[in-house]
Amino acid sequence: MSTHGGAARIYMYARFERFWHWTQALLVLSLGVTGFEIHGSYDLLGFRTAVQVHSLLVWALMGLWVFAIFWHLTTGEWRNYIPTLRLAPQVVRHYTIGIFRGEEHPWPKARDTKLNPLQRAAYLGLKLGINPVLWVSGLLYLFSHALPGVDLGTVALVHTAGAYAMGAFVMMHVYLTTTGPTVFAYHKAMITGWEDVHGPHAEER
Amino acid sequence: MPFAHPALLGPVAARLVAVLALLVVALAAQAEPAQASTADHSRFEALQGPFASGPDVTRACLKCHTEASHQVMDSMHWTWSRENPATGQMVGKRHTMNSFCGSPISNEPRCTSCHVGYGWTDLSQDMTDPATVDCLACHDTTGAYKKVPTDAGHPRYEAVVVNGKRQEPPDLALIARKVGESSRATCGACHFNGGGGDAVKHGDLDSSLIAPPRHVDVHMSPDGANMGCADCHTFKDHKQDGSRFDMTAKDDHGIVTAHDMSHKRDTGLATCESCHGAAPHGKDKLNHHADTVACQTCHIPEFARGGVATKILWDWSTAGRMDADGKPVTIKDDHGHTIYTAAKGDFAYGENVRPTYAWFNGKVTGTLLTDTIDPSGVWPINRIGGTPGAADSRIWPFKVMQGSQPYDPVNKTLVVNNVFGNPDAFWNRYDYSIAIEAGMKAAGLPYSGKYDFVKTTMHWPITHMVAPKQQALGCTDCHTREEDGRLAGIEGVYMPGRDRAVWLDMLGIGAIMAIGAGAAGHALLRLIATLRRRNGK
Repeated sequence: MSTHGGAARIYMYARFERFWHWTQALLVLSLGVTGFEIHGSYDLLGFRTAVQVHSLLVWALMGLWVFAIFWHLTTGEWRNYIPTLRLAPQVVRHYTIGIFRGEEHPWPKARDTKLNPLQRAAYLGLKLGINPVLWVSGLLYLFSHALPGVDLGTVALVHTAGAYAMGAFVMMHVYLTTTGPTVFAYHKAMITGWEDVHGPHAEER
Repeated sequence: MPFAHPALLGPVAARLVAVLALLVVALAAQAEPAQASTADHSRFEALQGPFASGPDVTRACLKCHTEASHQVMDSMHWTWSRENPATGQMVGKRHTMNSFCGSPISNEPRCTSCHVGYGWTDLSQDMTDPATVDCLACHDTTGAYKKVPTDAGHPRYEAVVVNGKRQEPPDLALIARKVGESSRATCGACHFNGGGGDAVKHGDLDSSLIAPPRHVDVHMSPDGANMGCADCHTFKDHKQDGSRFDMTAKDDHGIVTAHDMSHKRDTGLATCESCHGAAPHGKDKLNHHADTVACQTCHIPEFARGGVATKILWDWSTAGRMDADGKPVTIKDDHGHTIYTAAKGDFAYGENVRPTYAWFNGKVTGTLLTDTIDPSGVWPINRIGGTPGAADSRIWPFKVMQGSQPYDPVNKTLVVNNVFGNPDAFWNRYDYSIAIEAGMKAAGLPYSGKYDFVKTTMHWPITHMVAPKQQALGCTDCHTREEDGRLAGIEGVYMPGRDRAVWLDMLGIGAIMAIGAGAAGHALLRLIATLRRRNGK
């Protein structure tokens, strides 16, 4: 762990974690693009191709999620998502006031405290809300022909609502990745795994 | 896995079975039989002739085929009447009205030229003489046998002079010695000409199917499977499978085996699934479509594709116009189609017509001569059953015939229009009041003496002219928001690409845009703050 000034360089993201993140990003974007083409929002790949790509990639994403869940459980990384109110007012104040004054982020980011209170709430909502909604409604969608009691219109409505929620999440997420010490600091960290953390006691993390 | 039902096999295996079935059928359909018959009709003493009339030929046939006439006389081809098991209604030409000539009653010698018999000059009389069954209409293989259009089913027996040329009558003895299986040409002699001419009635049946190119009909084309009508409309005891009065709109049985055929009297090959099974596509997604969409909907993209136009409108209300010389008016359009005759009124035609789509459960209810109609709107001469989204229904293609035809505004019934034959007939005097009076009298039905015209529609299920698969509809023919999408307006099914909840789209896009705008604003403030800090300090 190299240190310089009031900062520390931490190996924040494990190799699998980064692979999971970027693969998932690619899959979610592709599913979004093909999904909204199937929805009829625009014409890009052609309906038939969009359906084929969408129904194929979804298995890749579900497979990835299975591995990711296993990884979270076995490594204890799941603890990063435990909701907390510690420093929550300060984090909110940072994004509404402090960030404009050039203040440092108040959250002591470290390997076992990767996520600040707002991130914990958002990612938990993603993993326990949006993802399962998309997963379950998507499977019902794929197999609705064999499930006589299932109304495809309702399933499609829920799936589409989930997709919009995912879109909203991605929009917010992508913007917030630019709010690090520099615009590309967080991207660099998610690519290399190494992140420069600042703030009080950074050296001790 | 011996005796596994083909539907249980994978799609590839199912297709193999279908191909094998097709091969068997194709072999059977060849003009040269794959195996020689044990009987050579040309050597039969009874068939040496000469024959003076059609019934004489039939008497000769019956010497060996002792049950043939009894079988035919029990069939719809003979009776023009049967009870529809699905509705309990008596159907057939003797009962139900259509939007073409209306009813054969009172018009017998002409309409009964397509009866599978000789001499049915009065529909109210049943014919009982076995010798009056017309064997040759279906079993001629020479193409020389033709029934006169106006002689109650008889062919010509005397030579005639047409345009100065002498035409000999068909050689009945020669035709009798060459009898064989029915063909597209023999069935088509009547069924391609329903409604009074080539292609008029069905839209998917016309003379182009006698030897269609592959793109017109992949099954019947000599370059395709070269199948005959009876390869699907399989006959048992001279009764055929498949009827537009009582259709199998959704076939849950699937592939029909040789065992089914030989052990079940009411099992034939008239549905697509009979040969192709319930899951004929390589892609599951397409197979699942068959739960809600009839095969015909995608695989018959248009009807009347063979170059012969079909009638799509017949307006009787304008008939009877005479020119300055008092001669009946006839008008032809640029394509040579007759669009008006004093005898029949106005016509409109269609070629390569995109079908109308509707949910259909196979049940068809006709309008009987005695049924009360509601003339205030457009009267559906036949009503097709079916419920959007219901398990017994699928989305089917139809030709919807538009009509305007005479009815009795007092009794509120459709009326029989005597168009042909007697001196009072419409085509002789062009006077509806006399012609309808005569028609209703022949039908034995009450007529108030008043007539008016009611607009009608008639649904004709489209099931022939199956195109090669490359010409089948694509996804976006239906999965589209375009107003002219094939299934625009079809309810009871959620279709991605067509359907959506507008409120959800607005909410979702609104939320994403709001976040985007918020992020942009936040980013802008950050930028300004950063610049000010740099400059200020």
